[in-house]
Amino acid sequence: MGTTRREFILSTSRAIGLAALGGLVWGAYVDELTANKLMLRPPGALSERDFLRQCIKCGLCVEACPFDTLQLARAGSNKPLGTPYFEPRDVPCYMCPEIPCVPVCPTGALDITKVSTDNKLDINKAQMGVAVVDAKNCVAFWGIQCDACYRACPLLDKAIYLEYSKNERTGKHAFLKPIVDSDYCTGCGLCERACVTQKAAIFVLPREVALGKVGDHYIKGWDSSDDKRVKNAEATTTTTEISKESAIDSLNDTEVLLDD
Amino acid sequence: MINAIYKHRFLILRRIVQVGLMLLYIGGNVWGWKFLQGNLSTSLLLESVPLSDPYAVLQMFAAGAIVSSNLVIGALIITLFYLVLGGRVFCAWVCPVNMITDAAAYLRRKLQLDSVSKKQPASRKIRYWVLGLSLVLSYVLAIGAFEFVSPIAITHRAIIFGMGLGWAMMLIIFLFDLLVLKNGWCGHICPLGGLYALVGKVGLVRVAHDESKCTVCMKCKVVCPEMQVLHMVGKTSEQVLSGECTNCGRCIEVCDDDALNFSIRKLAKERGNETNN
Amino acid sequence: MALSRRDFLKSTAAASAASAIGMSVPSSLQAKADEAQSGWRWDKAACRFCGTGCGIMMATKEGKIVAVKGDPAAPVNRGLNCIKGYFNAKIMYGADRLKTPLLRMNDKGEFDKQGKFAPVSWERAFDEMEVHIKKALKASGPEGVGVFASGQYTVMEGYAALKMMKGGLRSNAFDPNARHCMASAVVGFYQTFGIDEPSGCYDDIELTDTVVAWGSNMAEMHPILWSRVTDRKLSDPERVKVINISTYRHRTSDLADMEIIFTPNTDLALWNYIAREIVMRDDAEKIIDWDFVKKHIVFAASPVNIGYGMRKDNEKSIKEGKYTPLEMETIQKEMSKVVSATEAPALKPYGYKEGDVMKNEVPLVDGKPEMLKHWEISFEEYKKFLEPYTLDYVASISKGNPDEDIEEFKKKLQTLANLYIEKGRKVVSFWTMGMNQHTRGTWVNTLSYNVHFLLNKQAKPGDGAFSLTGQPSACGTAREVGTFCHRLPADMMVANPQHREITEKAWKIPATTLNPVGNQHIMKIHRDIEDGVIKFAWVNVCNPYQDTASAKHWIKAAREMDNFIVTSDGYPGISAKVSDLILPSAMIYEKWGAYGNAERRTQHWRQQVLPVGDAMSDTWQWVELSKRFKIKEVWGEYTLRNGLKLPSVIEEAKKMGYSEDTTLFDILFANERAKSYKLDANDPIQKGYDNSEGYGDSRNVKGSDGEVFKGYGFFIQKYLFEEYADFGRGHAHDLADFDTYHKVRGLKWPVVDGKETQWRFNAQYDPYAAKATKESGNSHAFYGTLAKALVQGDLMGVKDPTPKPLPNKAKIFARPYMDPPEMPDKEYPVWLSTGRVLEHWHSGTMTMRVPELYRAVPEALCYMHPEDAKRYDVKQGELCWVESRRGKVKARVETRGRNRPSRGLVFVPWFDEKVFINKVCLDATCPQSGQTDFKKCAVKIYKA
Repeated sequence: MGTTRREFILSTSRAIGLAALGGLVWGAYVDELTANKLMLRPPGALSERDFLRQCIKCGLCVEACPFDTLQLARAGSNKPLGTPYFEPRDVPCYMCPEIPCVPVCPTGALDITKVSTDNKLDINKAQMGVAVVDAKNCVAFWGIQCDACYRACPLLDKAIYLEYSKNERTGKHAFLKPIVDSDYCTGCGLCERACVTQKAAIFVLPREVALGKVGDHYIKGWDSSDDKRVKNAEATTTTTEISKESAIDSLNDTEVLLDD
Repeated sequence: MINAIYKHRFLILRRIVQVGLMLLYIGGNVWGWKFLQGNLSTSLLLESVPLSDPYAVLQMFAAGAIVSSNLVIGALIITLFYLVLGGRVFCAWVCPVNMITDAAAYLRRKLQLDSVSKKQPASRKIRYWVLGLSLVLSYVLAIGAFEFVSPIAITHRAIIFGMGLGWAMMLIIFLFDLLVLKNGWCGHICPLGGLYALVGKVGLVRVAHDESKCTVCMKCKVVCPEMQVLHMVGKTSEQVLSGECTNCGRCIEVCDDDALNFSIRKLAKERGNETNN
Repeated sequence: MALSRRDFLKSTAAASAASAIGMSVPSSLQAKADEAQSGWRWDKAACRFCGTGCGIMMATKEGKIVAVKGDPAAPVNRGLNCIKGYFNAKIMYGADRLKTPLLRMNDKGEFDKQGKFAPVSWERAFDEMEVHIKKALKASGPEGVGVFASGQYTVMEGYAALKMMKGGLRSNAFDPNARHCMASAVVGFYQTFGIDEPSGCYDDIELTDTVVAWGSNMAEMHPILWSRVTDRKLSDPERVKVINISTYRHRTSDLADMEIIFTPNTDLALWNYIAREIVMRDDAEKIIDWDFVKKHIVFAASPVNIGYGMRKDNEKSIKEGKYTPLEMETIQKEMSKVVSATEAPALKPYGYKEGDVMKNEVPLVDGKPEMLKHWEISFEEYKKFLEPYTLDYVASISKGNPDEDIEEFKKKLQTLANLYIEKGRKVVSFWTMGMNQHTRGTWVNTLSYNVHFLLNKQAKPGDGAFSLTGQPSACGTAREVGTFCHRLPADMMVANPQHREITEKAWKIPATTLNPVGNQHIMKIHRDIEDGVIKFAWVNVCNPYQDTASAKHWIKAAREMDNFIVTSDGYPGISAKVSDLILPSAMIYEKWGAYGNAERRTQHWRQQVLPVGDAMSDTWQWVELSKRFKIKEVWGEYTLRNGLKLPSVIEEAKKMGYSEDTTLFDILFANERAKSYKLDANDPIQKGYDNSEGYGDSRNVKGSDGEVFKGYGFFIQKYLFEEYADFGRGHAHDLADFDTYHKVRGLKWPVVDGKETQWRFNAQYDPYAAKATKESGNSHAFYGTLAKALVQGDLMGVKDPTPKPLPNKAKIFARPYMDPPEMPDKEYPVWLSTGRVLEHWHSGTMTMRVPELYRAVPEALCYMHPEDAKRYDVKQGELCWVESRRGKVKARVETRGRNRPSRGLVFVPWFDEKVFINKVCLDATCPQSGQTDFKKCAVKIYKA
């Protein structure tokens, strides 16, 4: 009996050990695989973390896409396996008004409410990403009359507009610089696709990567709608290097005052 | 010739079902057929009936995802289907990896690798550990853990949506089964198989063994991917009731003595009792 | 597994990619780039594309062009370019460049119209051309040999082609694609000024207060000029106003202070409304600059029942039933039409009322048909003509956006008129194809000058109506060299005996060699092929089988009838596909050349590299062809279609010292003068540069005689340029000498005493005008000489047939609004307008082969209003059919792109040979200019 029992304990603990080891490697691998922050998801996608949890990788959105924009991440692509994404330089999202990819999603990973206004589909609400201009390598910023991105933009004059400025060097040719307005940009990537530089000088990044975030303690006084942005504002206690000690402690700490 | 077909009738049928399903899926993606869209994780039958992989849905539960009603219905349909059918029908008749592992097993037999090491160095219980572990990991990572590594999904997607490095995964499984462990993936590790083994315990379609006809040639055991389920061969007349049986029918085909046959659970039980008496 | 490590590496790389925004080139990389340049040779050139005429610098390395930069010294663009110009270095190196002549042949190696293309030698190619030209001459005389010429010819090759066609083969069936582009502007200039080309220059942009774009999407079609307009606007946003007047919203509206969307063709009504405001307001006496008008202007009128330049019912192909009943519905209007309610008020002063049948005919002058007939009228008559163009009438017919409020629209028209009228406000009116590609193109061109003349706002710095050119050398070659059927160099006409004589003398060919009948314009060439008259046609630097409306007819005629079509091109476009023989042509920087832009600026460049494959320049092809023809073969007697006899000039030629067997090559190209232009490796202009025509080159191309071509031995390009330039020198077309142009960044002609001219006809700036006004002391002299003696009459016709000369005067024309021949109706409810996009040049043979431009705009879209898309059950991003009475194409629907038509109009660009929109377009033309109206026809839209 003793040996069987010892054998049982031994084999059980060996199994548990193996499971722990396997679980660690497995977990680390999955974690690493899903850490790719640069995925552009279909319209209406939940935030990346939620999206990865909800998406069942069935590919129905991919099959619904009439432009072959969407792909499922393949093995070896170093992207979260099986999840849908697109690469706008190859095939951008053409922003179909009927958004065929979203309603077919069985899991809600693509959320129809995120691309609807008053219960009607509205692709202009999509937030797949946001276009970013590399001003150094954008030839329009050199004064070349390009603006291919601007003309390619489905929300032209909103998502990309032109900023006019004088070209002091020539004295007579204005710069027509493309500027992205992230309030409107859906991240469809038609601009990235159209960009004529060798590697696109305008490109789409996920909004979480590309956009900054203003704190909620200040409101644009000149913009009445800005109040909404900070509706969850709360007072917080702040700590810096100088305030991390309690007032009494720091008051009692007089040592440094007379140091030379 | 006709005899050869007869001797492989279930195998041929299985391949037709496996390849046919695959074709329907490919058609859905490439040519826009509306019969079966999506893939084995979740599909849409005739644009209306949802079908979902219960294991994937289970992982989503564990991960804390909000599971839509469609998904639940789809998973229930599939679960019920296999629950009623019994055994790991999915593994033998649907799963594309089965073709890879069958090929490995076939080659293994031809190369007589089994005669070198008779005893397999691993437990068939691993799959249940993996199953449990995957749910724990899904919970911890808040993400469907197996779905990101599943060779089944990778293979299936590779075939439907484009290969990528999917072939490498197929090759790894093949080599693993061929060189490392007999029936290694499907018979030992695959947690999806594990889940279906649990689901398939109570199903109706069962292989029945008639000891009276058995000549103990053991061809069935050689060909069976889950040979432990045939423990009764040559000993007693009874049904194969283990959920681990894949209902592949190979044992029936190779049996020259008509000692093995498909049967329906309850009826067979009665008949079995009669013979016993 | 290896995967996870790779995954890690990749995500690190991805993370660093994310941080690359705003990254600048590391200085070490920059240094390397500088180093790499040291093996390069830089030389100046002109951009290949539009009429703006930007200067560029080309870098060559190991015989290939490797890079390009804007030329900072070029006054037009100061080192900048648009994205077509940005890719000049790539346009010659598409993978499918034509490298060898290709002939349709059967298995036996004989020419076979139904055969497949196979490579042949240059010798064989010229053999076939010779045979088929001689066959055509025999069958139809000189009228049977046609050439589709070009506004993209270099000056030299255009001149060589002109000389060979008109002086050698005696054929005037020689007309450029510029006919589709600038002809209405040209006739407008002729009729108004008596001489071609704009009076102002681009400096007007910096000097004006108001830019009005009429049917000109400058933002896309003249991007560099647009950046100058933008800069001007920025420099004084309050004072400077930009107005966009168009039939649909396009990018030029971006900057505009006001946008006027008008119904197609009603631009005539808009111009006449402004003129009426000037003439009829209570304070008109103060508005009109009577001093200027009395000294410089006469008023004129012309017949209105002139048709629409379509085929007539007595023409062969119509009689043979080659046009379907559907097509005939529109073509019928060429013979007669019923006056509609919209045009009736405008035609009332001409005696027409609604419902009248207007019989169209070619006007007669001295019993001869003269489409350009016009006569002088009084100011009172002109006023009578303007009477109908009240704000109410004009607004009611011209409001082009059905969703715009009519009162808003009226306000806009008033604002527009006020901007023109405002004292002290300088105004430039720019236009391009909207006003030229128009069945009343000549009319609307002349109407623009009316307004500027009445206000004395023409030919002054910052003031003037300014026609922007489409093609890079529509001015420099097509117009100045005269590669039109009716023209000779320097604004001379084949119909004018004195002009022919001058030309014959200059070319040292016998008197009366030149054919006086020049009526085979580019549409007529197509139609003559369809009628079986033209049996041989040669396509030069253009793509007439893609760029001509009613395209199916011409392709059918070329492929199915007994004729021989040759195409010289760099790339296999639709025209090459339709041809029987294809010749590989040297492209722009593979030859010496010169272009002339829209502001009369002539710019030269050297041959930068050797042509690809066995390609040779068009100049060489023409000169080699001339070797195949002897005097006795081409200078005999011919009877033309109209019964006129071209006399034999063989005897005359002998008297001049030629023999029967002298070739055209000896007379036209390898003559004494030509040989005086020496090749000289030490000449600073030539030093270090190839001259494939002069010396042959290291490719050792086997030429037209099967031997390796060793060159002509003289500086043929300089010869051609200098001989051509002599025509204009002393005649207000003065060009500088060849060498000068290689030292400067172009000069605006007339170049007198080494100085260019900025504002023509203005005594302050133009030496010719200064000379002409010496006695009168006038501010201006419109010294052009064409149509400068007018008979007298009123709106209804000529009353006093004695011509009265009008030296140094220009004309204000009474020209009414009229409907176009095809308008939307129940069956075809939508207007179709076609045009270009910034990214692509014309038919796209070059730009569609630049990967970056192709990726930017890979296909032509059908731009339409979202409501129309709904109405016709088509969806954004999906294909729709665009169908007219002539044909249909499939195009992808775009409801939100760069062009935003109002309801009832769609716009489809024509660069994409897969969206072959010219199958749909109507080949109606301005009857006076022969320019096709690509901007309007009626179509229906439905789901594809």
